[in-house]
Amino acid sequence: MSQQTPESPASADNDQVRTALEQDAVAARNHPIIPDIPLRPAGGFKHWVKQNLFGSVKDTVLTVVFGAILAYLLYRTAVYVLISGRWEVVFDGPLLVYMIGNRFFQTGLTLAHIWAAIYILVVVAGLIAGVSRSHGNVTSARTALKIMAAPIIGVVAVLSMTRTITPTLLVLAGVALFFAVRWASARLPQAVLRRAGLISMALTVVAFLVLTGGQPRNIDRFGGLLLTVVVSAGGIVLSFPIGVIMALARRSSMPLIRPIAVAYIELIRGVPLITLLFMGRFAFGFFMPAGTRAPGVITRAIIMITLFTGAYVAEVVRGGLQSVPKGQTEAAHALGLSQLKLTRLIVLPQALRNSIPALIGQFISLLKDTSLLVVIGLQELLGVTEPILAQQRFRFQGYQPEALAFVCLIFWVICFSMSRASQRLETRLGVGTR
Amino acid sequence: MAVAAPPTTSARPPFWRDARVLRWAFQIVVLLAVLALLYWLYNNVVTNLRASRLPRGFGFLDQPYGSDIRGSAFRPAQPIRDAFVVGYFNTIRVIAVGIPAATIIGIVVGISRLSDNALVRAFGTLYVEVLRNIPPLVWIFLTYFVILTGNLPPITEALEPLGLAVFSNRGIYLPWFEGGPNLVPFLLTMGLGLGAGVVVAAWRTRVNERTGQPHRRVLWLLVTFAIIAAAGYFIFGGPVAGTIPGREGRLIQGGIEVNLSYAALTFALLMYTASHIAEIVRGAILAVHKGQNEAANALALTTFQRYRFVILPQAFRIMIPPLASQYLNITKNSSLAVVVGYYEITRVYQTVTNNAAPPPQAIIVLMALYLTFSLGISLIANIINRRLQLETR
Repeated sequence: MSQQTPESPASADNDQVRTALEQDAVAARNHPIIPDIPLRPAGGFKHWVKQNLFGSVKDTVLTVVFGAILAYLLYRTAVYVLISGRWEVVFDGPLLVYMIGNRFFQTGLTLAHIWAAIYILVVVAGLIAGVSRSHGNVTSARTALKIMAAPIIGVVAVLSMTRTITPTLLVLAGVALFFAVRWASARLPQAVLRRAGLISMALTVVAFLVLTGGQPRNIDRFGGLLLTVVVSAGGIVLSFPIGVIMALARRSSMPLIRPIAVAYIELIRGVPLITLLFMGRFAFGFFMPAGTRAPGVITRAIIMITLFTGAYVAEVVRGGLQSVPKGQTEAAHALGLSQLKLTRLIVLPQALRNSIPALIGQFISLLKDTSLLVVIGLQELLGVTEPILAQQRFRFQGYQPEALAFVCLIFWVICFSMSRASQRLETRLGVGTR
Repeated sequence: MAVAAPPTTSARPPFWRDARVLRWAFQIVVLLAVLALLYWLYNNVVTNLRASRLPRGFGFLDQPYGSDIRGSAFRPAQPIRDAFVVGYFNTIRVIAVGIPAATIIGIVVGISRLSDNALVRAFGTLYVEVLRNIPPLVWIFLTYFVILTGNLPPITEALEPLGLAVFSNRGIYLPWFEGGPNLVPFLLTMGLGLGAGVVVAAWRTRVNERTGQPHRRVLWLLVTFAIIAAAGYFIFGGPVAGTIPGREGRLIQGGIEVNLSYAALTFALLMYTASHIAEIVRGAILAVHKGQNEAANALALTTFQRYRFVILPQAFRIMIPPLASQYLNITKNSSLAVVVGYYEITRVYQTVTNNAAPPPQAIIVLMALYLTFSLGISLIANIINRRLQLETR
């Protein structure tokens, strides 16, 4: 923590300094050595343009060259998006396939299941936001909202391109639900508030059960953006405990434990994700006891992704652990806390708080990495273009650029909005500035 | 009320409450559990391999590979081991071009994001924010299918800028060198020239330190190298000659073929990695103390001199660990080549797995090969890091 200097003496000092300066200024004005030039000429748009675009000959050349390149790129993009692009491969029917894949309805599930799961997660988010507000922790409530804001705008933007308005309305209803729950949960009785974490976890499990209709094997038929999100969210949530344990193990002073954690982290980080996915696809069954049936392809992929992400989360959490000042542990020792309590009550809460932005970064890179599932034949957002382009009316007509561009855009919107949110969160939490 | 004084003896508590004993007991239990898990997995693999009548060791590496490898002299009868070697060098070909190019582009873009010119800044930001937020795999797909094969003309209408190169959707052909009979001694001479150049540069550095004369070591190095190389060229009677690709109908002669999957993969990866490196460079430059910049300005250094002699050397020190991790990433991402059909180790692995090699051993070989890259890069980065850090103290 930076030291807070008491207000009054400092400002008194400042006042003295200021009066001295003013006297000097008066003296200078009375006996001018240098003529009175304003240090900064008047601002405004014209000035900004001169300063930033045409400051010198070299600057002017740069402006012209880069302006021409930028204008050309913008022009080409605009022509492609508005005129030459054949977007029927996205909006004339297949949009739903991009979102949930083309085998989703074979499970007997409906879109209502997805919306119900989303709403349950919204309730969880509202609960967390409301509880942290009731703790007087306004910052985290607001930042939670800010994290959500950008992705919601992105979702609404994509959904508003469908023919009907229902999805957009459902999203807006979700936002309203969030605020309602947030308002209500701040007024819940203490007994409930204290168990908010447990309730959130239970609700998340319920959301997953609703989404899969109580049959986790159903996710083998998920596809498109839904699969991308389920796999990456599942991966980050499941890998979190592994990451925390491995980070603690790597930082511990126990000579028999540390090498295990180091070996796990460095081995996993040394190989590409694709090799682990291949392992899950082709070699997983060999590691199971003889006679047992290996879980479904997507489940195996999630297991491998969890193992993979666990190593990276461990490094993120280790960074968080290192950022906890040594005085904290020393103070806890002085209070006579056991090692376990010290970790659980003093070190971990601070360490995890500091690693939130990096964890979001990890989630973003995991989301990008899920596109690798296409290599083992799964139809996530990238892979789903394959069945779409194989449809009778799109086949062999060179629709691939449009389909890829749309997939690219969705990935970009999600990753960009989340990385912006994480940057804001970082400044808000003051990570690295304390 | 009198409280009985606690016993002041330093007698140790019973062993089931002794922290030191418990610590070791806990560690041993965990270690045994991990070892048991590993043994269980190993045992499962052995049992399953026997049940599926697959061999246990790594003998499959000696079996014939059974298919061609495009762009190499590999014969199908050669063993799988050799195929992995070819794939290994193809992976190296990607990173050998990708790492230097990504570093240069990354530094340029990173600096451009700190430019005084608003448009240059905007351009840098656009580059970084667009590329950083799309998955590398999608970007490779886009590069291969849209930017390259989608835009390049068929071979009969190939682009031939200045008659020096041929661009077509079958491949890119660039001017290259062709070795004569005395190629090896000439290459050795060039190596000798480079070594002599380095010695001369070191000598110039010492002269500069002793007398303060300008060292001009790069110039000296290049001149020394050029003289020795030119001498070698004439002594060995013109051991290399340039060849320029020429097209006659559908046939291309001379030059070197860069197949499209290699071009797409390398280009996509280096552009993607450059966007990450740009952010690292920008962060590192911003982390250099402001006074350094101001002092450089006060000495009236030009922008180039300011970056070259003041800012970048200091920023470089901060950059090394994250740069090393980006180099690792580009190496690992080169495995994405499978989607465009470039023949590196992951592709070899895929072929081998389809040809009924034992899956657990095949994947272990693949992982081990990637680990050699990762450990190599980490090792080099650690050495450089230690060197630079010692210098500053």
